[in-house]
Amino acid sequence: MMNNADASSGAAVVVRGLHVRRGRNEVLDGLSLAVPRGRIVGLLGPSGSGKTTLMRAIVGVQVIRSGEIEVLGLPAGSAALRTRVAYVTQQPSVYDDLTVRQNLRYFRRVLGAPASDVERVIDRTELGPVAERLVGTLSGGQRGRVSLAAALLGSPELLVLDEPTVGLDPVLRVELWALFRALADDGVTLLVSSHVMDEAKRCDRLLLMRDGELLADDTVDGVLEVTGTDDVEAAFLRLIERGEPDLRSPAERERRAHGRHEASAAPAHAPADPEAEEPR
Amino acid sequence: MTLSRTFTTAGRVLAQIRHDPRTIGLLVVVPSLLIGLVAWIFTDTDVFSGIGPAMIALFPFIVMFLVTSIATLRERRSGTLERLLSMPLGKGDFILGYALAFGLLAVVQTAVAVSFAVWVCGLEISGSIWLLFAVAVADALLGTALGLLASAFARTEFQVVQFMPVLVFPQILLGGIFIPRDQLPAVLEAISEWLPLSYAIDALQAVAADSESTAWVVGKLLVIGAWIVGSIVVGSITLRRRTP
Repeated sequence: MMNNADASSGAAVVVRGLHVRRGRNEVLDGLSLAVPRGRIVGLLGPSGSGKTTLMRAIVGVQVIRSGEIEVLGLPAGSAALRTRVAYVTQQPSVYDDLTVRQNLRYFRRVLGAPASDVERVIDRTELGPVAERLVGTLSGGQRGRVSLAAALLGSPELLVLDEPTVGLDPVLRVELWALFRALADDGVTLLVSSHVMDEAKRCDRLLLMRDGELLADDTVDGVLEVTGTDDVEAAFLRLIERGEPDLRSPAERERRAHGRHEASAAPAHAPADPEAEEPR
Repeated sequence: MTLSRTFTTAGRVLAQIRHDPRTIGLLVVVPSLLIGLVAWIFTDTDVFSGIGPAMIALFPFIVMFLVTSIATLRERRSGTLERLLSMPLGKGDFILGYALAFGLLAVVQTAVAVSFAVWVCGLEISGSIWLLFAVAVADALLGTALGLLASAFARTEFQVVQFMPVLVFPQILLGGIFIPRDQLPAVLEAISEWLPLSYAIDALQAVAADSESTAWVVGKLLVIGAWIVGSIVVGSITLRRRTP
């Protein structure tokens, strides 16, 4: 099977032939994909499609049956990655009975990040006005932001965010995406899951998942072009109908965009060209 | 494992408890109130002087078991444990951090409970009060350590509470509170020899009556200490960074 895993040497995450079983269910059945560095990659699919399991596997907290996962050039779950990769679970994983600042101070010490980081992430997530309040007294959206703030401590190179915008009002959602974009501009790689297809447009690349398999691994425009649709929801349905995934590597997309002849294409293992991944 | 991460974890656990007056009440005041209640029940008899020392073992042990197991289980349930284990926190840092924090609380709790039993309820201690205090602290720590161990094998708060009848109640029934252990049927006596709470109760009763040498009491203390260390080691081995 042709996929991006083969075409992206400098990728932040490379997954090859990943099999994960939870209980008796085969949650991920031979998944292969790549996440380019410094980009926002949207992991989209209905609930139960295996998004969380894939994210947990990339972070290295999931028991896997077989397959290879390379994160920032190291096997997933390596001790050296514990300060370089941050994971935000769907449920805010912070202490309700501590204040925002106490939470962040504790996680900062565990990470061994500089003391000034606490103020920096409070500013970045606009939690200043509630910094001295107990997390348990905050709204769901605010709690989610505390969880995100904790993930920003120590400036990780890869952020894995599981449904970070779920249940947020539209204003907050826009603000959060602006923050994600700012982080990507600073060179951080973001893997963001969502079951809201609308959010796809804000990503640089899309991974569309269904039943533990990849329907698409492409740019937003690429997915729309291949399926001849004008929104991601319709494209998703079209891909299911078609029964053939859209797994085009960044290099391949660039070749098409520049109208080069397919046969004289660049070497198969050409590094990803960031220009080819611009969503619009 | 690093010392600073262990201490920072212990500090964080204590900060959480500071925000929770009910738990502080349960830990510090409730065992004393229960000891007081037992003393009151037996006001007109001389029973309390016999079972009083066992009460000092019993209530702190149960309370520490409950609070510790629920607290660590909440970490699992809330996802904070998974977050910590995806960070550079050692498994030993986590368990020892909890053991340290609750160990400190156990010292405070025991000081209050022993003082209350001796000076308010009039429990007569013929032996060294310091030795009594040492055994009582070890006993409360045993509750903490077994609580840490139990939470490793539970997925929900409900399951933790199910460990009470399995791990805690038999130790109470066979510990020599109802009748002295040497009067139990042979099989039950043999089983009671293996239960750590029996050692705590034996030692406390011996100190209260000044019936054994200090070396004998220290021997019992060492057995309790071995149980504490063993539970903490097994508890941290069973923590997994990767879960199914």
